[in-house]
Amino acid sequence: MTGTLARADVVSAASPKRRRRAPGWLAVVPLLAFIAVAFGVPALAMLNGAFTVKDQATGATSYSTANMTASLDGAYLTALAGSVKLSAVCAFLGALLGLPLAQAVVSSRSRALREAVLTASGVLANFGGVPLAFAFVATLGNAGVLTRRLGLGEKGWNLYSFGGLVLVYLYFLIPLMVLTITPALEGLRTQWREAARNNGATGVQYWRHVALPVLAPSLLGGLVLLFGSAFAAYATAAAMVGSSVPLVTLQIADAISGNVLVGQENVALALSLDMVLVAGAVMAVYLPLQRRSARWLDA
Amino acid sequence: MARRVNTWRWPVLGLAALYFLVPLAASVVFTVDVPGRGVTFDAYRRIVSTEGFTSSLLLSLELALATIAVVLLLMVPAVVALRLGAPRLRPVVEVVCSLPLVVPPIAFVAGISTVLKWGPEHLSRTPLFQTFVAVQNPDFPFVLVLAYVVMALPFVYRALDAGLRAIDVRTLAEAARSCGAAWPQALLRAVLPNLRGALLNASFLTLALVLGEFTVAQLLGFTPFAVWIYSIGGSQAQLSVAVSVLSLLVTWALLLTLAGFGGRTKTASRG
Repeated sequence: MTGTLARADVVSAASPKRRRRAPGWLAVVPLLAFIAVAFGVPALAMLNGAFTVKDQATGATSYSTANMTASLDGAYLTALAGSVKLSAVCAFLGALLGLPLAQAVVSSRSRALREAVLTASGVLANFGGVPLAFAFVATLGNAGVLTRRLGLGEKGWNLYSFGGLVLVYLYFLIPLMVLTITPALEGLRTQWREAARNNGATGVQYWRHVALPVLAPSLLGGLVLLFGSAFAAYATAAAMVGSSVPLVTLQIADAISGNVLVGQENVALALSLDMVLVAGAVMAVYLPLQRRSARWLDA
Repeated sequence: MARRVNTWRWPVLGLAALYFLVPLAASVVFTVDVPGRGVTFDAYRRIVSTEGFTSSLLLSLELALATIAVVLLLMVPAVVALRLGAPRLRPVVEVVCSLPLVVPPIAFVAGISTVLKWGPEHLSRTPLFQTFVAVQNPDFPFVLVLAYVVMALPFVYRALDAGLRAIDVRTLAEAARSCGAAWPQALLRAVLPNLRGALLNASFLTLALVLGEFTVAQLLGFTPFAVWIYSIGGSQAQLSVAVSVLSLLVTWALLLTLAGFGGRTKTASRG
């Protein structure tokens, strides 16, 4: 009697557990299967193609690092370096200009202004691609409104250049920086500033020895996030400059569309792999930094 | 101190306003002030009747709806289950859902186009070939939905995760189960209504992503809305800027609605 009771107890204790666990597993499986097919297969195809070389004469394929070497040479290297340079300049300027803007908003007592600027930043940070390029072409392009009114064309202004791209990219990078850095700026306690002032520190000293060290992880995090955004951007550049500025995204696009020497198709995949490695390095820097700044600011 | 702050604040805000408003204002001027013809709203009137406008916009909307449906069907049961029954899988799913952030869209599409080439090269006699053809049907390129779902995963995961953190799923689900609801019923009737904000958030972000997406669609040779705007840019400058201005306004309206629903910070999750 006691034996059956005990067994009944065990069964009733175990069965809800089993019932709960079964759907748990099953519900995650479709998601993982989907990612494996829709993301994993193209990723593996890219990896495989980047290291595959096809012999034009015999049609035989073999594994080699020739594509990777080619992707770091000549015009491809120029494009890769162009992208890195553009992204670095944009990230640096974006952080430099975004910080005072965010500080102006945070130090303001007007709630309406803060809400307005932060909402606008959220919207602008998501604004990119073809419409952004066309808006700038209409403003500062060859026949743009400002170009004509101010006679910029005679003064040597050219939107379809490295400088032009920087100007356009900052349009979504500065708002991104404002969004990234605002929580950190809000986390700076007024007590720290007061304590610094009571100890005789000037405003500059406060920023140098207190505020900036606390902000450093967030600033650096914002910097790499901006770099990654600019590095991956394609649509804006494609719609604006075509191929007059060498960028790795434009090179890959050319190769996919077939505008490339025969036998060089897989170099596009090698270039893609280069991009993934750069973007991966950026994320590897960004995520720990984000965690570290969160530790400071949540305390 | 406070007065010193004020002296630099307004110039900073003023310059920012100038930089962000001038291109918008200039775009509008560009579309209505045509050299030699004076002020005219002709560019806006011509939009609807222009070849490809309706079809590309419809295609984008269909793709967006399909993407939202697929991504929610995959993600909602999974994230709820991660909370309830399989917490050990959580770090795995978190990492896997963030992976698309590391692969720029252009690299992703390079991989996809390689896979699509396998169809004609290796699989032409197998039933799989028919699948390859079907997913590339120009009337409804399902391959784009697959790509967009992958690209939306990081944002949707974060939106849903934030929504779930705000409610006690376990108690909700167990209460529903104790009242005799089956699992699908508990999910649909008890958990989902409490996630309404997060679901809307995720849907709006996905909608904005799909409507503006250009890279993947263009390189795979399809013409949704963003690619169409690009394609008319060469021949009809006024018209293309007019459409850009309008599509901006629509996207902004969408994202502002989202900001109203879900708090501003979530719109920042671009990556």
